[in-house]
Amino acid sequence: MSARPSAPTPPSLGRATLLVAEREITSQVRTKSFLVSTAVLLVGVLAAIILSSVFSGRTGDDVPVAVVSSVAGQVPTTEGLEVRDVADRAAALEAVRAGDVDAAVVPGDGPLGVEVVAMSSAPQVLLGALTVEPDVELLDPAAAEGGVRYIVTFAFGLVFMMSAIGFGSTIAQNTVTEKQTRTVELLLSAVPARALLAGKILGNSVLALGQTAAIAAVSVLALVVTGQDGLLTMLGTPLVWFVVFFAIGFVLLAAVYAASASLVSRVEDTGVVLQPAMWLTMLPYFLVVFFNDNPTVMTVMSYVPFSAPVGMPVRLFLGEAAWWEPLLSLAVLAASCLVVIAIAARIYERSVLRMGGRVRVREVLAGSGAD
Amino acid sequence: MLELRGISRSFGDRLVLDDVSFTVGQGRLTGFVGGNGAGKTTTMRIILGVLAPHAGTVTVDGAPVDGAQRARFGYMPEERGLYPKMQLVEHLTYLARLHGFDRPGATQRAEALVERLGLSARAKDPVESLSLGNQQRAQVAAALVHDPDVLVLDEPFSGLDPMAVEVVQGVLAERAAQGVPVLFSSHQLDVVERLCDDLVIIGGGRVRAAGTREDLRRQFGTARHEIVAEGDMGWLRDVPQVRVDELAGGSAVFEAPEDVAQQVLTSALARGPVRAFTPLRPTLAEIFRDVVTDEPELEEVAR
Repeated sequence: MSARPSAPTPPSLGRATLLVAEREITSQVRTKSFLVSTAVLLVGVLAAIILSSVFSGRTGDDVPVAVVSSVAGQVPTTEGLEVRDVADRAAALEAVRAGDVDAAVVPGDGPLGVEVVAMSSAPQVLLGALTVEPDVELLDPAAAEGGVRYIVTFAFGLVFMMSAIGFGSTIAQNTVTEKQTRTVELLLSAVPARALLAGKILGNSVLALGQTAAIAAVSVLALVVTGQDGLLTMLGTPLVWFVVFFAIGFVLLAAVYAASASLVSRVEDTGVVLQPAMWLTMLPYFLVVFFNDNPTVMTVMSYVPFSAPVGMPVRLFLGEAAWWEPLLSLAVLAASCLVVIAIAARIYERSVLRMGGRVRVREVLAGSGAD
Repeated sequence: MLELRGISRSFGDRLVLDDVSFTVGQGRLTGFVGGNGAGKTTTMRIILGVLAPHAGTVTVDGAPVDGAQRARFGYMPEERGLYPKMQLVEHLTYLARLHGFDRPGATQRAEALVERLGLSARAKDPVESLSLGNQQRAQVAAALVHDPDVLVLDEPFSGLDPMAVEVVQGVLAERAAQGVPVLFSSHQLDVVERLCDDLVIIGGGRVRAAGTREDLRRQFGTARHEIVAEGDMGWLRDVPQVRVDELAGGSAVFEAPEDVAQQVLTSALARGPVRAFTPLRPTLAEIFRDVVTDEPELEEVAR
C-alpha cells in the first residue's frame, strides 16, 4: 500500500465563491457571443450619440441667427452662422418665437454686453462663435427637456433592461444546465450551495457592471467628442449614480434569476419560472417610457428596489431629486437586496438538488431543509 | 471504511430502499450490482449526501459523514455532469481547486490524470467535443482529480470500449491499492467479476447478498463438476444424489455434494482412464440470477 498524499484544506466559503465567480467570468468572457454583443453594444451607443449630434443641425444649412443691429459687431461672421439683422430686442424675440431663426443675439449684461435668446436650446455653433460665453435666456425651458429628456430616460431604462435580462438569463441558463447535467452534484460534493450561488451572482454582476460602466464611459467620451458638454454636465452625476445603483440592483435581480432557475430541472422549463423575474426586469423600462413626465410615479419608482436603478438616476438627471434622496433609495435597495439574497439562498439550497418536476417555492420555503 | 446502516428511503408511497446495510472496506473494490430501479443510484446519492435518507446512517471509520468529509469523496454521478463548453484540463483543474488545491497543484493533477486515462490528445478540447467514451473517461477523471478518500462511482464502465475498461479498471485498482474504499455500480457483470474484491447485490431496494466474491460463490453457487472420461458416462444418471446437467459421450457436467462427486470420480477411474475432473465455479451472472430471481424486471440486466 503506497502512501497517499495528505489532503488539502477545503477552501473557505469566500474562496470557494471567488473560484466559482472566476469561472463564470473567464468562461463567458472567452465566448464569441459575449465579445461580439459587447462590441456591438458599445459601437451602437457611440454611433447613436454621434449621429444624433450630427443630425441636430451641426452640418448642412447654416444656423439662422437674428442679431440686433446695435450689437452686430460682437458677432463674428463665422462659418455656419446665417446672420440676419433686426432692429431691436422685440423684433429679435419675435423672430425666435416665429421659428424664423434658431436664436437671437440681443444687448444685455455681461462682459460682452450681449445675451443669447433661444426657444429650447442655444445652438452650440453660435455660443462657440462668441469669444466669451454669453448669458443664455431660454424662452421655453420646459420644452427644452422634451427631446433630450425622453432620450436619456429611455436610454437608462433600456441599458438596465438589456443588461439585466442578458446576464440574468445567463445565470438562469447556467443554473439549469448545471442541474440538468448533474454537474451541480459534482460541484456540491466540493463546495456548499451558498458558495455556488454567491459565486454565480458575483461573477455575473462583475460582468454586467463592467459592461454598464463601459457603456457609461463610451457615452461620456462620445459626448465630449461631439462637443455636447452641456448635456454631459447634466448627465455626469446621474451617470455615476446609475452605475452605483446598477451594481446593487443587478445583484438583487441576479439572486432572483438564480433562485427561480433552480426550481426546474430542464432548460426547456426555464421560461415559465423566469416570468416573474422577467417582469421585474422590464417593469422599470416601461415605467420610465410611459411615465417619465409623471413626478409621482417617478418618485415612487425611484424608491421601489426593483425600479430604483432606473428611477433614481432619471430623477437626478431631471433635477427632481434632492441630494439625500439617492442615498436613502440606495439604502432601501441595499437592505432589500440582503433580504432577497437570503430568501434566494434558501430556495436555491433546497431546490438545486431536487430533480424531476418543478419545485414549488412555497414548499421549498416551508420545508425543513433536507427533503 | 465506508459503512451504511439501515438506510431507508421512499419517494412518495414507493419504498425505494428498505433497510440497506453494507460496508465498503479500506482498499476494497466493491461492486454494486442490481437491476434497473433496484436502488443503486439512490443509495449512492445518499452516500454522497445529495439525497437525505429517511432512516439509517452513513459512517466513515465509525463516524457519521459530515460536509467536510464528503468533500473528500470522489463521485461520478449517474448522468454525466461536466460543463460542455469548458476545456478538459481546465475543467479538471477547476474541480481540483474547488476541493482546495492551489492552481499549480491542481493543474499538475489534472494533466497527470488526463494522461493516465489516455486523453492527452484531447486535453485542450471542450468537453462537449469528446466522443461518448472519452466523456466517460473525463467523468472518471473528474471523480479522481482531488485524490479522494472514498470513491463512489455510478456506472463507471458503461459505454467504454474494452481498452478503456482496462484503463479505468487499472486506475481504480491503483486507488484501492492506496487504501481507498471504492464502491462502483455496473451492469457489466463480467467486469465486476474480474475487478471487484467484494460484492453487494441489491434487488427491490433490499440487499440480497453481500460479501467477498469467493464467499458469495461458496454461498450461492451450486457445487458442479465436469468430468471427461474415455468410456461412456451414461451410468452417471443412475448415481443417487447426482443431477446431470449435460451429457455427451465421455463428458458430463453434474451437480452433486462434494463427497458424492469424489465417489463419482473413483467409480469413473475404476471404469477406465479419466481425462479431466474439474470443479466448476459459478459465474457472477449465475449468482446474480440466483439471488434476484424474484425480480422480474432484472432479466435484461444480467445480459
